[in-house]
Amino acid sequence: MSDNTTQPEFDDLTPTDNVLSAIEDVKAATRKQVRSEQIRMLLRSPGFIVGVIVVGFWVLAAVVPGLLTTWGPKEFVDSAPPRTAPPDGGWFGTDKIGRDVYSRVIYGARPILIVAPLATGIAIVVGTFLGLIMGYYRGYVDEIISRVIEAILSIPVILMAILVVFTFGQSRPVIIGTIAVLFVPAITRTIRSAAIAEAQLDYVTSAKMRGETGLFIVSREILPNVTGLIVVELTVRLGYAVFTYATLAFLGIVTTNVTDADWGIDVSQNYEAIVSDIWWPTIFPALAIASLVIGVNLIADSVDKVLKS
Amino acid sequence: MALPFAISAMFLAVRQPQGVLLARFIIRRLFLSLITLAILLIIVTLIPNIAPGDPARKIAGGTASPERLAEVTESLGLNDSVPTQLANLAKSVFTLDFGESFSVAAGEPVMDLVWTALGNSAKLVVFALAIVVPLSVLGGLIAAYKKDTWIDRMIVNTGLAMSSIPEFVAGVLLLAFLAVPISFFKVQGNAPDGSGILTQLQHLILPALAVLMVYFGYIARITRAGTIQALESDYARTAFMRGLSTRNVFRKHIARNALQPTVAVLGTQLGYLFGGMVGLEVVFNYPGVGSLIIKAIDRADYPVLRAGVLIVAIIYMLATLTADLIVAWMNPRARLDLGSE
Repeated sequence: MSDNTTQPEFDDLTPTDNVLSAIEDVKAATRKQVRSEQIRMLLRSPGFIVGVIVVGFWVLAAVVPGLLTTWGPKEFVDSAPPRTAPPDGGWFGTDKIGRDVYSRVIYGARPILIVAPLATGIAIVVGTFLGLIMGYYRGYVDEIISRVIEAILSIPVILMAILVVFTFGQSRPVIIGTIAVLFVPAITRTIRSAAIAEAQLDYVTSAKMRGETGLFIVSREILPNVTGLIVVELTVRLGYAVFTYATLAFLGIVTTNVTDADWGIDVSQNYEAIVSDIWWPTIFPALAIASLVIGVNLIADSVDKVLKS
Repeated sequence: MALPFAISAMFLAVRQPQGVLLARFIIRRLFLSLITLAILLIIVTLIPNIAPGDPARKIAGGTASPERLAEVTESLGLNDSVPTQLANLAKSVFTLDFGESFSVAAGEPVMDLVWTALGNSAKLVVFALAIVVPLSVLGGLIAAYKKDTWIDRMIVNTGLAMSSIPEFVAGVLLLAFLAVPISFFKVQGNAPDGSGILTQLQHLILPALAVLMVYFGYIARITRAGTIQALESDYARTAFMRGLSTRNVFRKHIARNALQPTVAVLGTQLGYLFGGMVGLEVVFNYPGVGSLIIKAIDRADYPVLRAGVLIVAIIYMLATLTADLIVAWMNPRARLDLGSE
């Protein structure tokens, strides 16, 4: 730095500044180009399109179920007695007390599409924050949290969720919080290892030399470079969250009004009747769960592929 | 479970310098497992203690009598201080004595229930793996061999779709489409008491098929990736150029490398198979650990619930440990990851 005084010709920094900002512009432009190219690739991949259509349909069902149905989820169909098979009992038949299975499937999209995205969103925010901080600063705190993460990951999520929900109560906020907390370790681990790799790159070193604060480096330098990974993590975890909530509901660990439409609960209420060949009240909500999970996973898979290419 | 490997590793250590690295890896790996176990115990102890409000009241229900409430509090162990609870829990784990069941089978030792359930789970897991692993590995090999053809895409995509759906969904689909129309497939996962081994296996087929649906895509994908990587490697190309037949290249060079990731995945999934298949066990009314845990919840039996969850976690840890050791044994380079740190 002291060299500056002996080399007065470098005092005039205007051209350099211009060059630097020009480079920044080019960089920004290429980044933008890459982004738009990636989006174009996404829109061309069949998996992504199918996934978006399927998930889009269920989102529509969750937001305005009345638009897609004639019956309410708790209404008894007058035109057909209970346990009428499709097509006589409506598209999906009627259940054991005479409600329209199709309407219940449509209304059943709401609880799962409230819980899963909220839980995933919370988990992503917390996990990204922890992962970035741990990966950048390292040290013994990182070491301790890493061990805790390993311990939590050593129990199947569903069992841990059962244990927590059992003691904390089965209300919806508890369910959301539990799924979120249980997803944090896996996300943290992924982001942390990405942050460790990024922290060793030149751009981070030069930011450090410029005297930037750790907070600035983590949030303005490293974070933008791991957004792709975060998006992948977000979509993958969303699939798992749907999976986990459906399973908890099926196992009867979710309290709602007993008569509310919920896919997992509806399956658990009706599956024993399959043996008497009354399959429709079970199979349609089961297929709804399957289609939502597969739809989310198709999106996750395409996003992952595009970002890696 | 890890003992045979530890012993064979010590042998190696004496025989060749390579073994020193392996031994160091094993020691470090065992130490990490112990730390994980300790943290796990702390978490499980803390859960009822940090629960807001009175967890005993939540579990017993709002209308419970004061006596019942006291019993539940006692069963949660909440009368002791947190360190005492932790010490008791640690003692329970090492002596495998989790006290008496509270309500699932009042007065019986918790571990009796857990052992019976574990035995049943083990039966299902072993039978399911015997079907799932060969089929999935075969699927992965075929996909790798037919890379980028429609066969490859079909295996990978159907596998991916099936493996993302919850087990209980796979279970009810199998019930509706196989058990009801075809009487050979049984609705109950558990054969009536005193049935012969064949009848028992017949009852286990549907649950095993559900496991196949869940795991086929997963294992096939990993085997496929491992095989493709091995096929494209220099040593495989050299072997082909030396004029070895595909079969021989496969046996001598590829299998060992391609199957490593598969072994690793199996290890991590074994614990899940034991305790995570709760939904599947419920659908097929199968009396494994998952069902026991659900029963414990229905009856608010915390000692049974906690023991079930902990035992599954320990099995899970041992399985991952074993898989890590096998991988280290198969691939000297993997030892470096942990051994030399």
